[in-house]
Amino acid sequence: MQTTDVTRGPRSRSVSATDNAADTSSPQSQARRRFLRRGVALAGATVASATGIAAARAQKLEIPQSNLEMGRIIEPNAYGMPSKFESRVSRRRTDVFVNRQNWSDWSMTPLQDQLGIITPNGLFFERHHAGVPDIDPDKHTLVIHGMVKQPLKFSMSDLMRYPSVSKFYFLECSGNGLTDWTKAASTTVQQSHGLLSCAQWTGIPVSTLLDEAGMDPAAKWVLFEGADGSGHARSIPIQKVMADTLLVYGQNGERLRPEQGYPLRAFIPGWEGNVSVKWLRRIKVSDQPWNLRSETARYTDPMPEGKWRQFSFVMECKSVITRPSGGMKLSGPGIYPIEGFAWSGNGTIKAVDVTFDGGKSWREAALEEPFLDRCLTRFRYVWEWDGGPAKIASRAVDSTGYVQPTVAQIAKGRALVGFVQHHNGIFPWSVSASGEVKNAVA
Amino acid sequence: MRSHKFTGALALLLFSSLALDSADAQSKSPTPRFGKPIAEADIAPWNIDIRTSDGKGLPIGKGSVAEGKALYAAQCVACHGESAKGGTMYGTMVGGIGSFTTNTRVLTPGSMYPYAPILFDYVRRTMPMTAPQSLNNDQVYALAAYILNLNGLVPDNAVMDAESLPKVMMPNRNGFIPDDRPDTMATQCMTDC
Repeated sequence: MQTTDVTRGPRSRSVSATDNAADTSSPQSQARRRFLRRGVALAGATVASATGIAAARAQKLEIPQSNLEMGRIIEPNAYGMPSKFESRVSRRRTDVFVNRQNWSDWSMTPLQDQLGIITPNGLFFERHHAGVPDIDPDKHTLVIHGMVKQPLKFSMSDLMRYPSVSKFYFLECSGNGLTDWTKAASTTVQQSHGLLSCAQWTGIPVSTLLDEAGMDPAAKWVLFEGADGSGHARSIPIQKVMADTLLVYGQNGERLRPEQGYPLRAFIPGWEGNVSVKWLRRIKVSDQPWNLRSETARYTDPMPEGKWRQFSFVMECKSVITRPSGGMKLSGPGIYPIEGFAWSGNGTIKAVDVTFDGGKSWREAALEEPFLDRCLTRFRYVWEWDGGPAKIASRAVDSTGYVQPTVAQIAKGRALVGFVQHHNGIFPWSVSASGEVKNAVA
Repeated sequence: MRSHKFTGALALLLFSSLALDSADAQSKSPTPRFGKPIAEADIAPWNIDIRTSDGKGLPIGKGSVAEGKALYAAQCVACHGESAKGGTMYGTMVGGIGSFTTNTRVLTPGSMYPYAPILFDYVRRTMPMTAPQSLNNDQVYALAAYILNLNGLVPDNAVMDAESLPKVMMPNRNGFIPDDRPDTMATQCMTDC
């Protein structure tokens, strides 16, 4: 029955309509028939194993202790926490690239344990440049000035009186994966891809406030600046700011966590995390970018002939298999779900393919709804492992038609030297004959 | 049938006039405006950004290489090391000029910054890490002068201020290219890839 809950992707859904129209000759229809056959075969396997369980029923079940006693009382006042049996699931500070201080540092999301597209707030990745400030929202002020008719200031309660919007978006650090371009440095997907998380963000469009301040028509760039000890700041093109940039105070139904910018942060959908400035205190409007350290000496991409690509904001289409992933072990030949996430800073996910032979051949995975713009999308493929060595990977395609490249394809246009940002390459895991899953970057 | 159609048409008419009414009501509803006017002069303590390409925003003040060297020994050396060559926390801030065409790019203010005022903007807003924004403008200019001097970009007797700092020619001035992605052309190959 395992396959019945496999939600089909957008392509498969459009195929249902074709089936009704009796056009069964298209490749999509054939894919659907293959999919259905696979479902039947797997349903058969499930039945067979159920029979096996029935035959082995020789020991009576014990009534669990939890049935025989009262549980814990309902606390009068408490913030609920995960089960004590889940304590291993936590953010982890990077230990592949070890910093010698822990204020300008990062901690990573345990993607191997993330069960849906939403990252719980306590597991959302962190990247700070001077630690986490604890800001009293009643004392926090946002200022808008520069090329505006009337400079304005806002308290948090002012900001929270505007009509709010809530949007599901992923957030990814441009440095995600920078340790694993050409050599296998990370063990787990938390280490290789854990500067990625996804949440529902609640706040107001920045355009609302810029309109209120009366923006000069000659304005071209906006500076966002934080109230943290690094005064972190970035220059953002005005088109993006007016198109879809938010000021957010809510994340997954509650106020932002301090690590995510409490009480207020910018949120720039689809772009590298660094531009979504946390603890936002100031927005300045100008006609030119500032060319700060954070947008010249850092967050730029090494290019051939000693050059650097600047203002490379978008996080391009990417995917990774999280289950199974590095550090896991398959318990023997048999059926395993292959699952993971796909996302694109340029739109929605249209397809994910998976390979089991290191990229020689690919098979279409099923996508799970919802298919949201610039949000994580889950994919799934039911794999029958024959027990032999395998090299598994995923490859995503987004709504612009862009296909996730291999590292070799990326390397044709860029210089992979030093700390290289914006790694959206296909990421392989090897499965050994003994079932061990390892980082297979080489 | 006929009366059905008639009722339908009437309903549609009523509905559309209602929709128009509500649209009117919407456009008449007040626009939330909760911002409070503030004068640029009152924002000044926060207004610390420098437009680094021409130094717009650089404040009054000045600092010499020698003053920067003394200040560095007191406030910076613990993390950044002797002569800014790297210390207990961070790597070198000196050298790397010419390294970008090799396989080991050494990123320092000297090799990487396209504009010298970046030093002023960054040091003022972030340094020292334990007490950011604690240095006065003369001190920040002095540190900028010292770091530039260690990188061979200004002479030993240089004094940096709002006029001189933007004029320092940085070797990586023309080292940046705009984002030209997508720069890969992968295809969705399924077999014999």
